Amino acid sequence: MMLRLGRWFGWAYTGYTFLFILAPIAASLVFSFNADRFPSLPLKGFTMEWYGGTFTDPLVIEAFQRSVMVSIPVALLSTILGFCAAYCDFRFDFRGKSLFSLLMLLPPTIPSVIMGLGMLSYLSRMSLAGEVWAVLISHVVIALPFAMAMIRLRLAQMDSALEEASWNLRASPAQTLWHVVLPFCKQSLVAAFLITAAVSFDEFAVAWFVSGLNETVPVRVLVFLQGQVSPVINAIGTAVFTSSILLVAVGMAFSGMGKAKRAAADTPAQPPCGVLVSNNGLSL
Amino acid sequence: MSSNTSRRRWPLLLPPLLWQLTFFLLPLLFLFVISFWSVVNFRLEPDMTLKNWDFMLSRSSFWSAYGHTWALALGAAVVTTCCSFPAACSLAFTVSERTRKLALMFLVVPFFTSYLVRVYSWQAFLSDNGIVNALLSLVGLDGLPMLNSDFGSLVGYVTLALPLVTLVQTMGLAQIDRNLIEAAHNLRAGPVRTLFEVIMPLAKPSLVVGALFAFILAFGDFVAPTYLGGGAPPTLSNLIIDTTKSGQQWPRAAVVAIVMILTLVVTSLAAVRLAYGRRK
Repeated sequence: MMLRLGRWFGWAYTGYTFLFILAPIAASLVFSFNADRFPSLPLKGFTMEWYGGTFTDPLVIEAFQRSVMVSIPVALLSTILGFCAAYCDFRFDFRGKSLFSLLMLLPPTIPSVIMGLGMLSYLSRMSLAGEVWAVLISHVVIALPFAMAMIRLRLAQMDSALEEASWNLRASPAQTLWHVVLPFCKQSLVAAFLITAAVSFDEFAVAWFVSGLNETVPVRVLVFLQGQVSPVINAIGTAVFTSSILLVAVGMAFSGMGKAKRAAADTPAQPPCGVLVSNNGLSL
Repeated sequence: MSSNTSRRRWPLLLPPLLWQLTFFLLPLLFLFVISFWSVVNFRLEPDMTLKNWDFMLSRSSFWSAYGHTWALALGAAVVTTCCSFPAACSLAFTVSERTRKLALMFLVVPFFTSYLVRVYSWQAFLSDNGIVNALLSLVGLDGLPMLNSDFGSLVGYVTLALPLVTLVQTMGLAQIDRNLIEAAHNLRAGPVRTLFEVIMPLAKPSLVVGALFAFILAFGDFVAPTYLGGGAPPTLSNLIIDTTKSGQQWPRAAVVAIVMILTLVVTSLAAVRLAYGRRK
């Protein structure tokens, strides 16, 4: 009886925890359609005004374009570099390997204000601060560890005999990498691409320091936040959230298709969410 | 063979290594360098002076910001750890594998929402005429001032850290061998004793690592103390931003940044030692 009571209490408590986590997200969704300028109860009625205001604001449109233009190359570069780093960690033994992995995985633990200041002062000596390039470079530094961790987890599931078999069949190491290892990691590569794109699309602090006048979406949101009360923030937040979730759903569907195809080959396919979840534990 | 693998290694090893050396390690080291430079006519000039260090470290306002930041981050670590532990226990021990996976998926959702938007949303909950006070007045209670206080900052920190800490704790707890818990039960240990003498010692690494994440996140965050905590008294990250953005005093900001990094390194080493060091 006691135990069952405790169990119910635990579930109720867990429910409240999720409520706490999801409440601000839900509230921003609701208030993005609320006619009142000020986010308060009771609600005043339905409006699309804030969305209209958002998507006709030239500054916001520019910021959206810039964010997309930054996040795609960032995702591509960090996934490639992350794969290289993960494969080195998986395949090779060398002196200073743990130092190498530490250097690769450390950036997300450095407070972004410090990264921002470091990047600003360093890149301004290279005359890059205030350019879109500066945002791109910093975001690859921050996103690479996420890609590396996700791909490394996938590699850990690979039977090393797979590569040896390929070498025995006279495939060169490069051919093995291309025809055996990369296909094995395909899902995690897609997942890494999506996550690193999301990391870049969401990063505001370093971008705020180094971007100068080239605002990305979250930097624009930060500027709105510094101003007065602005329901536009809720509209942007909801739009970005919806598109991120859609992207992830597409990614999951994509890797789900791969799973069905490979089921016969008896590959332990991993859903991208599993990758995400374990990634959060490992990367930081 | 070894020269063969080393030849194969370099093309894969070099790109990420060079990238992180050039664009991660060097900028951080450069911060240390410019902390000895001076600012002449709003421009950074190479120099070898201790006056930035002297200027920052001799001010009581710096040390009170330091103490305030440290206390807030410690508070965030304790509050987040305590808040997430019952939920993590519940998810690790009392639900099916399937439900747990689903719950962990929900914990990843905040990862896709902007932290800025969530903080802005909390303003609507915590402000004087906000949602929480509206609910309180419904049940006949007086409104509470919550925004622009340390409580507001803490809400922001917990928002930032709770999903991650719950994930870490749940995964740590789920790995505990159930036989040990059964054994404690068979040896007639009550649930409370089992919790404190079996489960918590076994889950210590995940508890400490989770708390460390919360500490690091809170220690460096400037959004919650600015937009929920009201910005006064400032935290160290507020200090860096003010010094950099309005004062153009990058060397002084660099001093603050280095003090922050040193604090985080010492705290992390202590936490790792606490988590793994004394295990037999």
